[in-house]
Amino acid sequence: MLLYRTLFPRDVFAELERLQRDVQQSPDLSPNIRGFTRGGFPAMNVGGTPKSVEIYAFAPGVEPSSLDVQIEKGVLTISGERTHEAVPEKAAVHIDERFSGRFSRVVSLPEDADSAAAQAHYRDGVLHISIARKEAAQPRRISIH
Amino acid sequence: MSEKTTASSDTSRKEAAILPPVDVIEDSAGITLYADLPGVPKDRLSLQIESDTLTLEGDVVLDFPEGMEANHAEVSLPSYRRVFTLSKELDGNKVLAEFKNGVLKLRIPKVDHAQTRKVEIKVL
Repeated sequence: MLLYRTLFPRDVFAELERLQRDVQQSPDLSPNIRGFTRGGFPAMNVGGTPKSVEIYAFAPGVEPSSLDVQIEKGVLTISGERTHEAVPEKAAVHIDERFSGRFSRVVSLPEDADSAAAQAHYRDGVLHISIARKEAAQPRRISIH
Repeated sequence: MSEKTTASSDTSRKEAAILPPVDVIEDSAGITLYADLPGVPKDRLSLQIESDTLTLEGDVVLDFPEGMEANHAEVSLPSYRRVFTLSKELDGNKVLAEFKNGVLKLRIPKVDHAQTRKVEIKVL
């Protein structure tokens, strides 16, 4: 895994933590109340900086107007619908792997995320949501006189 | 049209890539292929037809704020790749491609003489 050039910047500790989380989330140990969403639609990447929380939802072929993003009580919900392209009569479907139908995915935000300061952009099939962290939570250097 | 699963010596040297999900629909005049390639800008998408091999490739470009660290990544490879073999009746010279919101639509028509013709049965 580490041999590949990865898309998402991450360090070894984050990788280990993810592995540990994967183990903890395996069905027998501790099922998540919202089900096992890995492999769901849209696929999600979540990252952060000291100033913001960054969420990327890979939702190709969705009209931006049909996407609904809501933040309530520290929980971010992305929902919408993707419709199948019409199959002409007398046509044969050989491969049918792409998702279609209604979807909804949920992310718990860290406590310092400021839901009033969220921005969302949709480009090339990716919905990017950037949520600023509250001022007070940002690290502050205390100067010594 | 069939998918190439055995890695030829050429592709095995390349980096690991995501296998994008596709839909393939065939009607009497040709084949329509849809592929999900979210995060690929138009100028980073590459489509190649070489003799009977169709290769779809694309690079994922996301804008990261400076100093971002990942907490959770379901899409963790930087590119997509999928290879198909076109059968003889498909016309690789007349492929039409559309790319919008991360979805690629390819229309591959059948060569004229390959389009199904109804055989009339004469009852003697």
